[in-house]
Amino acid sequence: MLNLRDISITFNEDTPDEKKALQDVELTLDKGDFVTIIGSNGAGKSTLMNVISGSLNPDIGFVEIDGNKVTHLPEYKRSNFIGRVFQDPMSGTAPSMTIEENLAMAFARNKKRTLRAGVTKKRKELFREFLETLHIGLEDRLNARVGLLSGGERQALSLLMATFTEPNILLLDEHTAALDPSRAELITKLTGGVVDKFHLTTLMVTHNMQQALDLGNRLIMMDKGQIIFDVSGEEKLGLTIEKLLHEFQRIRGEQLGNDRAILG
Amino acid sequence: MFISIFGAMESGVIYAIMALGVYLSFRVLDFPDLTVDGSFVTGGAVAAICIINGVPAVIATLLALLAGFIAGAITGVLNTKGKINSLLSGILMMIALYSINLRIMGRPNLPLLNESTVFKQLELFWESTGIDAALNGMLTGLGLERTPGTWSVLIVMIIVTITIKLITDYYLKTEVGLALRATGDNTKMIRSLSANTDNLTIAGLAISNGLVALSGALVAQNGGFADVNMGIGMIVIGLASVIIGEALFGTKTIAITTLAVIGGAIVYRIVVTLALRVDFLESGDMKLITALLVIVALIAPKVILARKESVRKRKKRALMSTKTEGV
Repeated sequence: MLNLRDISITFNEDTPDEKKALQDVELTLDKGDFVTIIGSNGAGKSTLMNVISGSLNPDIGFVEIDGNKVTHLPEYKRSNFIGRVFQDPMSGTAPSMTIEENLAMAFARNKKRTLRAGVTKKRKELFREFLETLHIGLEDRLNARVGLLSGGERQALSLLMATFTEPNILLLDEHTAALDPSRAELITKLTGGVVDKFHLTTLMVTHNMQQALDLGNRLIMMDKGQIIFDVSGEEKLGLTIEKLLHEFQRIRGEQLGNDRAILG
Repeated sequence: MFISIFGAMESGVIYAIMALGVYLSFRVLDFPDLTVDGSFVTGGAVAAICIINGVPAVIATLLALLAGFIAGAITGVLNTKGKINSLLSGILMMIALYSINLRIMGRPNLPLLNESTVFKQLELFWESTGIDAALNGMLTGLGLERTPGTWSVLIVMIIVTITIKLITDYYLKTEVGLALRATGDNTKMIRSLSANTDNLTIAGLAISNGLVALSGALVAQNGGFADVNMGIGMIVIGLASVIIGEALFGTKTIAITTLAVIGGAIVYRIVVTLALRVDFLESGDMKLITALLVIVALIAPKVILARKESVRKRKKRALMSTKTEGV
């Protein structure tokens, strides 16, 4: 489904600020894989996400989605294949537009936008059904401006908008990090549910090790622009935070990151 | 008095088309587009030179719209492809258009008094309907001595402006229109939903300046001349209309907001007309009056809201204290 070959990217090359953000990263996701990515700050997780989404172009290497070479497609064209939820709940929705208008825009993601009405009666029904699956009462507020919603509600809506059109790839970029613990737990639960429901091929970056262990069938650890650890299936199920920390120390010969990486 | 308010409403409705254009760039796209000062004149210039050279007035007016469309598109290209700051790309286009407008016209002022403009053609047809006589008869019946020369401009322009408003309302609710609004509201998000924000910005500015130029073409034909300086301060008048309208009539939905913008344009004209009737104010003071109007329209709603809030809180506190006293 997703194929990354030999991806390297360096920022500020040949200057004192040179940073090798990704070095020869190889990654293949099968259809239906749910991969969680952990790593300390600056490990290259977000850069990897941006290379896949198209907001960054790699120096070398190529990106393939579902057999299509997309390395040089601009971001807006690539989003035909990709659903995305950002860390900041404000990023994923348009605040001055209503819930139904936001959903209508998401609905048009993998279609050609026309001069026909964006919100129709039939679509309203569809939107209502999808909103009901969130169980936070948004189905009764279709005409409310999204700017009036709380951060948790907006993030739940963003998650729905990114997923209900069943994208080939779903990218979640620390999408629970800006929420309080109970809201984060709700979004985590919704994420598991929605990925299961649509069998989405998913890549989730997180700082929260417990979340990385709870969700998904595969876990990747990154450090200094490289993938240093990759487990899936049975082996992942048996993992604990202690084992992960131990692994990191074994591979790198140093302690992993900071408290935030451990406690989330 | 009645005649001058009547005239103010007439030009208000024509300028309302320009205000709708400014609303599209300034509010919908969140793009402070100064091209307006130039493209308004471009509209007048194109219409005037075409009419003088024998092009039918309606076609000349449509060509003016097209010219504004192109001017706006170029501003959009400067901003999105050339990555020039929005304010600066508008200013550059405005200054470039000044020379282009002079080239189009050939000289700084083109009189249209003896030409067949849309309004003169309209008047010819209008006289045969007898509507003027009926309406003026009613006014005389109400005791007015001086009655307007023709109602044709006001009535037909209301129909034209409302039609443009309705098309705009519909457009902003289509799939493309939603993406256009989101481009002004949250660019990052709509790009992640596979919309080409560059093209949307270009299209939005093109439509916006198309409307501005259309308005310029009609103002020139109604006033009887096109002048290379007729666009100076036009963006401020557009903003004044948008801001006054929003303050007076609200922004609950798109349909209400566009209606508010039209209302704002008319109210602006009436206020300026009335202000100029005050003895010590001269026509040169108009820009100052405009600036003061915009300032009042921007500040007054906040003051009113703050006052309401403090009244609400005081009531609440008063209620609390009576309760605790009761305990």
